[in-house]
Amino acid sequence: MTAMPLAQGVEGSNPILNIAIFGVFVVITLAIVVRVSRRATRGASDFYTAGGGFSGPQNGVAISGDYLSAASFLGIAGAIALNGYDGFLYSIGFLVAWLVALLLVAELLRNTGKYTMGDVLAFRMRQRPVRAAAATSTLAVSFFYLLAQMAGAGGLIALLLNISDGLGQAVVIAVVGAIMIAYVLIGGMRGTTWVQIIKAVLLIVGAGVMTLWVLGLNGFNLSHLLGEAVARGGEAGEALLNPGKQYKTGVLRLDFVSLALALVLGTAGLPHILMRFYTVPTAKEARRSVVWAIWLIGLFYLFTLVLGYGAGALVGPDAIKKAPGAANSAAPLLAYELGGTLLLGIIAAVAFATILAVVAGLTITASASFAHDIYANVIKKGQVDGKDEEVKVARITAVVIGVVAIAGGILANGQNIAFLVALAFAVAASANLPTILYSLFWKRFNTNGALWSIYGGLAVTVVLIVFSPVVSGKPVDPVTQKSASMLQGVDFHWFPLDNPGIVSIPISFLLGYLGTVLSKDKADPRKYAEMEVRSLTGVGSEKPIAH
Amino acid sequence: MSTESSSSPPPSTGEKDWREVQSAPEFQDLRRRLRNFVFPITGLFLAWYLLYVLLASYAPAFMSVKVFGNVNIGLIFGLLQFVSTFAITAWYVRFADRRLDPLAGKIRSDLEEEAK
Repeated sequence: MTAMPLAQGVEGSNPILNIAIFGVFVVITLAIVVRVSRRATRGASDFYTAGGGFSGPQNGVAISGDYLSAASFLGIAGAIALNGYDGFLYSIGFLVAWLVALLLVAELLRNTGKYTMGDVLAFRMRQRPVRAAAATSTLAVSFFYLLAQMAGAGGLIALLLNISDGLGQAVVIAVVGAIMIAYVLIGGMRGTTWVQIIKAVLLIVGAGVMTLWVLGLNGFNLSHLLGEAVARGGEAGEALLNPGKQYKTGVLRLDFVSLALALVLGTAGLPHILMRFYTVPTAKEARRSVVWAIWLIGLFYLFTLVLGYGAGALVGPDAIKKAPGAANSAAPLLAYELGGTLLLGIIAAVAFATILAVVAGLTITASASFAHDIYANVIKKGQVDGKDEEVKVARITAVVIGVVAIAGGILANGQNIAFLVALAFAVAASANLPTILYSLFWKRFNTNGALWSIYGGLAVTVVLIVFSPVVSGKPVDPVTQKSASMLQGVDFHWFPLDNPGIVSIPISFLLGYLGTVLSKDKADPRKYAEMEVRSLTGVGSEKPIAH
Repeated sequence: MSTESSSSPPPSTGEKDWREVQSAPEFQDLRRRLRNFVFPITGLFLAWYLLYVLLASYAPAFMSVKVFGNVNIGLIFGLLQFVSTFAITAWYVRFADRRLDPLAGKIRSDLEEEAK
C-alpha cells in the first residue's frame, strides 16, 4: 500500500455534499425541536426532563443516541481496524456496563429523584453540602466528556470537510456549538431527546447498512472477513485477531484491566445518562428504556466489529494510519470505499449529528445540575421565587456551558479523545457510582460518607491522571518526533497507569465507608425508610405530564 | 404539595412514619426478592467480565487458539459477553415483571389508598 489510494480517498470526500447533507439534518431536527417545544409547558420539569413524558422505547433509543458518541462510532471502528481484537475489548466494557445500570440504578433512581443525580444523593442527607458535591462531580464529568466531543469535532472537520487550517476548524466548531445551544434553549430536554432519537436511528441504520454490505462482500462469512483483514494487514496482520496487540507489556496489561473497570462501573455514574431516566413516567418505563438501550447498543457494537475489520480488509491499516485523523478515519474511509462520495457524505453527516446530540445532552445535564442543585438549593436554599426563575438560570448556564465548550473545543483541538472520555468514565466510576450505591443500599451511609466518597473519589482520580503518563512523560515517537503525552518535553509522572480506575474506584468505596463510620452524625433511619420504600415501590414519585 | 424546586421531596402521603411500611412483612419480602436477585447476578456478571478481561490481558496465547476458520477462542469469548448481557437483561425483565412489579404495585396502591 502506498499513500496514493488514500489521498484519493480523502479527495473523494466532497465537502460541499457533506455540508449539504449535514445542513439538511440540522434543518429537519431544528424544525422538529421547534414543533415539539410548542407543546411544552414552561416549568422546570419540562425543561429538565420533558415532564417525564417519554415512553420507555423512545427513551431507550435516545439513551443509545446519547451513549454512542463519536468516540465510540469512529474510535472503536478505528481501534479495531488498527489494533484488531484490542479495539473489540472496549466495546464489550461499554456494553456490559449497562447491566449495572439495569439491575442496580435505573429504576431506584427514577423512583427517588426528580431532575438530577443530586436529588438522589441528597435525599436523606444534609441538602446543601451533598448537592454542592453532586453538582461539582456532575460538572467535572460533563466538562471532560464535553471537551472530548468538541476536540473530536476538529479532527472530524479536517477529515470530512477538507479544512485543515486551525482558524477554519475553529469557525466550524463554533458553528456546531451555536447550533447545539439553539437546540437546548429552544427545545429543552424534549427537543434534545428528539435530536438524540433521530440521530440514533440514522447512526444505527447507517452502520447496519454498511455492516450488511461488508458481510455481503465476504459471502456473509465472518471468518472470511477476518482472513481478508489479516491478509491486508501484512506482517502484523495475524496479530489483529489476537488480544495483546496494543496492550503488550506488564504495565499495559494492568492498565487495560484498570480501564476495563472504569468502563464497566462508569456508565451507571454518568450524569447525562442518569438524567435520561427521569424523562420517563415510571420505574417500569425506566427499565424498558435500559432494555431497549442494551439491545441497540449491543447491536451497534456488533456492527462496529464488522466495520472495523471491514475497514482493515478493504481500506487497509496503512491507508488509515496516514489519513488525517488516523484511526478515527477508518469508518469514513470504509464508507467511501463501499458507496463512494454519497455514502461518505451521509456517514460524515451522521458523525456530526452524533457530536451535536451528545453535546446537547451533556449541556442540558450540566445546566440542570447547576440551576437545580447549586442555584436553587445551595444558593437560594430551596426558596426560589417563581418557578420560572430556576429555568432562567438553567438557560443562562446552558449558554455559558456552550460557550465554554466551544472555547475548550478550539483549545483542545487535536488532543487525544479517548483519554478525555476515559477520564470522564474514571471520575464517574470513582466519585459517582460508589456514592449512588451506598445511598440506595446502605442504611448507615451519611452526609459525611457521601462527601468523602464524592470529593475523595474526584480528587484521587484527577491527581492520579495529572501524574500519569497521559499527561507527561511518554517516550517520544521516532516517526512523529512527538510524545504521546498531552504535554511535550516535560516528565513529572509517577503513577504508572494511563487509567486510574483500579486504584481510584476501591479508594472511593473505602472513603465512603470510612467517612460514614468515623463521623459522629447518625444516618436518619426515618429518611432511609422513606427512601427505601419509595425507591422500591414508586410511591410519591413525580407524576408524568401528559403531552 | 411539591413546588418546582423544593429542596426535599414532598411527603406526598402525609407525615407518616415510613419505618412502619419498611418493616411490614410485605415490604421486607419485596426487598429480599430484589436484593436476592440483583446482588448475586451483579457479582456473577462482573466476575464473568473480569475473567474475560484477565484472560485477554494475561493469557493471550490461550485466547489466540483458533476454533474454526479464523475465529479464535478470544472472539468467541467476547461474543459470549454479548450473549450473557442480552440473556441477563431478558432474565431480569421476566423476573421483575413476575416477582417484583405485582408486589410493588400492591404496596404502592395500599399506601395511596391509605393516604386518601
